[in-house]
Amino acid sequence: MDTNYILSKKTKQVFLSISVIGILLIALSFLFENPESKQVWMNVLLNNLYFLFLSLFGVLFIALHKIAHSGWHVSLKRIPEALSTFLPYSAALMFLLIFGMHDLYHWSHHDLHDPIIEGKSAYLNLPFFFIRMAVYFTGWIGLSYLLRKNSASQDLSNDYKFHKQGRILAALFMAFFAVTSSTMSWDWIMSVDPHWFSTLFGWFVFIGLFVSGVAAFILIIALLKAQGYLNFVNKEHLHDLGKYLFGFSIFWMYLWFFQYMLIWYSHIPEETIYFAQRLHGFPILFFTILILNFLFPFLALMTRNSKRNIKWLAMVAAVVLIGQWLNIYLMLSPGIMGETAKIGLIEIGSACLYLGGFLFVVLNALSKKPLLCKNDPFLEESFHYET
Amino acid sequence: MRSYISAYFTDEEDLLRAIKILMEKKILILDVLTPFPVHGIDKVLGLKESKLPTVGFIAGAIGTLFAFGFQTWAFVVDYPLFIGGKPHFSIPAFIPITFEVTVLFAAFAMVFAFLFRSKLGLGAKNKIHDERITDDRFVIIIEANENDEYFNNVKAILEQEEAHEIQLKEHK
Repeated sequence: MDTNYILSKKTKQVFLSISVIGILLIALSFLFENPESKQVWMNVLLNNLYFLFLSLFGVLFIALHKIAHSGWHVSLKRIPEALSTFLPYSAALMFLLIFGMHDLYHWSHHDLHDPIIEGKSAYLNLPFFFIRMAVYFTGWIGLSYLLRKNSASQDLSNDYKFHKQGRILAALFMAFFAVTSSTMSWDWIMSVDPHWFSTLFGWFVFIGLFVSGVAAFILIIALLKAQGYLNFVNKEHLHDLGKYLFGFSIFWMYLWFFQYMLIWYSHIPEETIYFAQRLHGFPILFFTILILNFLFPFLALMTRNSKRNIKWLAMVAAVVLIGQWLNIYLMLSPGIMGETAKIGLIEIGSACLYLGGFLFVVLNALSKKPLLCKNDPFLEESFHYET
Repeated sequence: MRSYISAYFTDEEDLLRAIKILMEKKILILDVLTPFPVHGIDKVLGLKESKLPTVGFIAGAIGTLFAFGFQTWAFVVDYPLFIGGKPHFSIPAFIPITFEVTVLFAAFAMVFAFLFRSKLGLGAKNKIHDERITDDRFVIIIEANENDEYFNNVKAILEQEEAHEIQLKEHK
């Protein structure tokens, strides 16, 4: 029972080669495509956000299930804990934006003489932007560290107080995240188009975060199972994760559609410009995202057996992960680069570079602790779980 | 005249264990009645997966086509009006209604299919086996036609599995 995940040399080499391929692609792109600085910074922001979301999902998953008194997730909780160890790296990468603000955010320029942006300057100004960022990361990293520490001390002692403490930490994180998940989406994504606003945007970004996190979670389980670990994770656990993926893909579409429909219906030029730019400039990408994130998982995970078959589930999860990446791409890129935006070598390269690093950090953290936690009051329930 | 055995249990664990033993000995179980859904009972009884989701899917798909088709016909062919300067055939405006009708069709079809298959619904005779099964008792019903030896055999198994009470009843 006390097995650790062993990050083999071969696996490390695979991750390293993913990153090296990424670097090569970026180098090729600089040689042949001459990306402008806007495009480079767009890629930094895009992948920062994407992998930040995956690792935030780790904390969110633990906190959500802790306060809901859930039992089934307990035998799996080392994986979201490992996902959350990427947060400090995310923070470091995000603060790189100090150097790229003017390329990314139109509002960060001085003397714009733009009454709309001036009206928003109480919120959208450089010092406050970075203060907010520091607050977010302090809260997220601090609480995720405390939650991990709590779970580690629970392993050593049979005391019930750790369970109680964990629930308090979880509740604190949920309250903090409820506010910051909205504000972070305004700061980093919505303010790319500073004239545009949507009251639903925070939820929409949040649900994308949840869907891509579940998909990453499923893929890590599939990877570990393929290497012969996680015998205690059975079809019932997969079924629940499959339901998450299925249900939240539908909810993602629901929010996407209601944001779209209200803007389409009211037909106010400041609002419709956002969709006009994306729908007319990138029609193929626009509809591909809807198919990858909704139509495909909706049809592919409808039956019970499809959610219980790990290979099929992992395949759907991989498709959804690509779909969510494209979704963030389409939220950022036309706003930053206008009509010149296109997916070139640098986009693929930087995604590969981040992916290799992310996988290394997460699986390295996973190998540090036993895969199965101990002394959690719900652990036994997790083994006998049935959907 | 047909008779049957009904064995009462007070605990679901005992019930599941008894069903398992009976299934192993190939004794035909007619029905199991429980006051609440018991986890894992389908698997132990070897019941086939319900076809209700398929009914829901088909009815939902019909609902989608019906709602979308009807709106298209109404707004484009039969009574075209200009609403807010939008084209007659505007998909986003049709989606909410299509969604609702899909849910409505699927839900109604599943409810009626369920009532039909389990012979419930309006005018169905109220057949409560024993009032305690609506409260805190679990019952296994076993056919007891064959002979006394068979009956004694079944009774012995049930008693061993901590059946609270065993009755021999007759079909009315």
